[in-house]
Amino acid sequence: MSPFVRSSRFGTFFWPILAWVLALLFFFPIFWMVLTSFKTDADAVKPEFLFFFTPTLENYFNMTENYDYWRFAINSGITSVFATLFTLSVGVPAAYAMAFNPSRHTKDILVWMLSTKMLPAAAVLYPMTFLTKNMLGLFDTHFLVILVLSLINLPIVIWMLFTYFKEIPKEIIEAGKMDGVSFWGEMGDIVLPLAWGGLASTALLCFIFCWNEAYWTVRLTTTDAATLSKLIEGNRAPEGLFFGRLSAVSTAAVGPIVVLGWFCQKQLVRGLTFGAVK
Amino acid sequence: MAGLTLREVAKSYGDTDVITNLDLDIQDGEFVVFVGPSGCGKSTLLRMIAGLEEITGGTIAIGNKVVNDIAPAKRGVAMVFQTYALYPHMTVYKNMAFGLKQAKTPADEIDRRVKAAAETLEITPLLERTPRALSGGQRQRVAIGRAIVREPEVFLFDEPLSNLDAALRVQTRIEIARLHKRLGTTMIYVTHDQVEAMTLADKIIVLRDGNIEQVGSPIELYEKPQNMFVAQFIGSPKMNFFKAEELNDKGQSYLKGEADIIGIRPEHLKLAGKTDALITATPDLIENLGEIALVHCKTASSMEFIAKTTDLSAFPVGKEVKLTANTSVLNFFNSTSQQAV
Repeated sequence: MSPFVRSSRFGTFFWPILAWVLALLFFFPIFWMVLTSFKTDADAVKPEFLFFFTPTLENYFNMTENYDYWRFAINSGITSVFATLFTLSVGVPAAYAMAFNPSRHTKDILVWMLSTKMLPAAAVLYPMTFLTKNMLGLFDTHFLVILVLSLINLPIVIWMLFTYFKEIPKEIIEAGKMDGVSFWGEMGDIVLPLAWGGLASTALLCFIFCWNEAYWTVRLTTTDAATLSKLIEGNRAPEGLFFGRLSAVSTAAVGPIVVLGWFCQKQLVRGLTFGAVK
Repeated sequence: MAGLTLREVAKSYGDTDVITNLDLDIQDGEFVVFVGPSGCGKSTLLRMIAGLEEITGGTIAIGNKVVNDIAPAKRGVAMVFQTYALYPHMTVYKNMAFGLKQAKTPADEIDRRVKAAAETLEITPLLERTPRALSGGQRQRVAIGRAIVREPEVFLFDEPLSNLDAALRVQTRIEIARLHKRLGTTMIYVTHDQVEAMTLADKIIVLRDGNIEQVGSPIELYEKPQNMFVAQFIGSPKMNFFKAEELNDKGQSYLKGEADIIGIRPEHLKLAGKTDALITATPDLIENLGEIALVHCKTASSMEFIAKTTDLSAFPVGKEVKLTANTSVLNFFNSTSQQAV
């Protein structure tokens, strides 16, 4: 940062204003979406009703009565929760092994895991659809959605957990060994309590990713296992532009995750390891 | 309580040998210090005794029991780590009780032992605090307390003082010495600080490149080092070595047989009389430490050495002086074998 920016009066006013402008710019579409969800479909497209209109809950009633919102929401919840649990149950041991018993290949394995995220999803879309639909009979099942969500999030989860576990001083684990702690005791009494903050934020992030996932959930489900992403997608184009309804659906899809993030953020910022050594 | 017996103990990582065929006997109740430069294998050896590091050959016995395949906690040893390694999410009390709890010790027994150890270490008021609320010295006490409550047969200390400041280090060193006196338990202590080694040890083991260079009491090592490495490693400033060309005729006359180097400790160098001069040199720098001064000297052939003195007037800077030492304190070495003669 140049001294000009730091000291001048211009700087002290300009940067906060720029920040606000940018923030509002980014926030505006969401604000518009929430606002529109309280308008009738007719009002939604009229510029004169952009800010001033007669609010209505019609879209929300419509959504729950005619479009089965709760079924989609429950599907989203089930798949996200189980995918998160499954990802953690695989990711925690994997990250633990790599953090505390690294081999010569640990780094390569980590990079390889991450490299799977570089594969364009579209490249495997056809094989995935064909396999699950025609050969395995898993298409549009909760199991498939949970499996796919788990697999696409596993690399990032392992990476995150690995870095959190890495922060636990090796000596503390060794002190546990000297104290005669069993493997499960070590996990339960030492590793997990120390990595708790990291574990919680990883779980939350994984849950958010699962909830927001659209590419696969839209393409690998039709009705039974369809999530909120599918509901939004289903309220799109074919019947024309129903912005009010679409906005209500979108708001209801985004809402739970925003609320969850809001409540969890304080718990997530906890550095328990500090003061452990030295 | 128990002694230790190490026979042909070896450790290698792949093709790299860290420790090769090491034999060592430690008596019950002894305070043994492993000392050596970094990378000499002293910490590895301690960790092998603790069971944190597998051994690739030989046997380690604690008491009469070979412990090669026994888990760390079942070996009857307790370890104090350099970084203390306290459990940050547990109170001091829980930190100390944790090992006993794992061993399924009855709760009232745990309570009794933790409180007794806390009493001994004067950390009773800290029992309900977490490690992060403690100073470095207090954390170190807790780490020692955690070892004490387990009533081990052997205590292992891995450079326990190196994270403390100088004043606290001296104080804690004395406390560890007192602790050993009171408990009478075998203690093995790793350090790279030869002052700690000299002050604490009943027996010092000097290691280099995974081999034992010498085993002996601090005074033995100081007065009769078996080789040039030990001679220079023990004692500060280190021992001066004089080759024939740096010695006067008188000095050279002492070199007989294999011996071609005389080792003289800085504190033994003094101004020579008329007939007994061994070395001629010129003082070129004086470091005055108050109670004592270190005089940096140069011989005619520009070899540098240090003399330690309380009498500065004997060493005028820039003026040639003749130095000597009592024959009883001279050490003789062979430059090829590096061994004492």
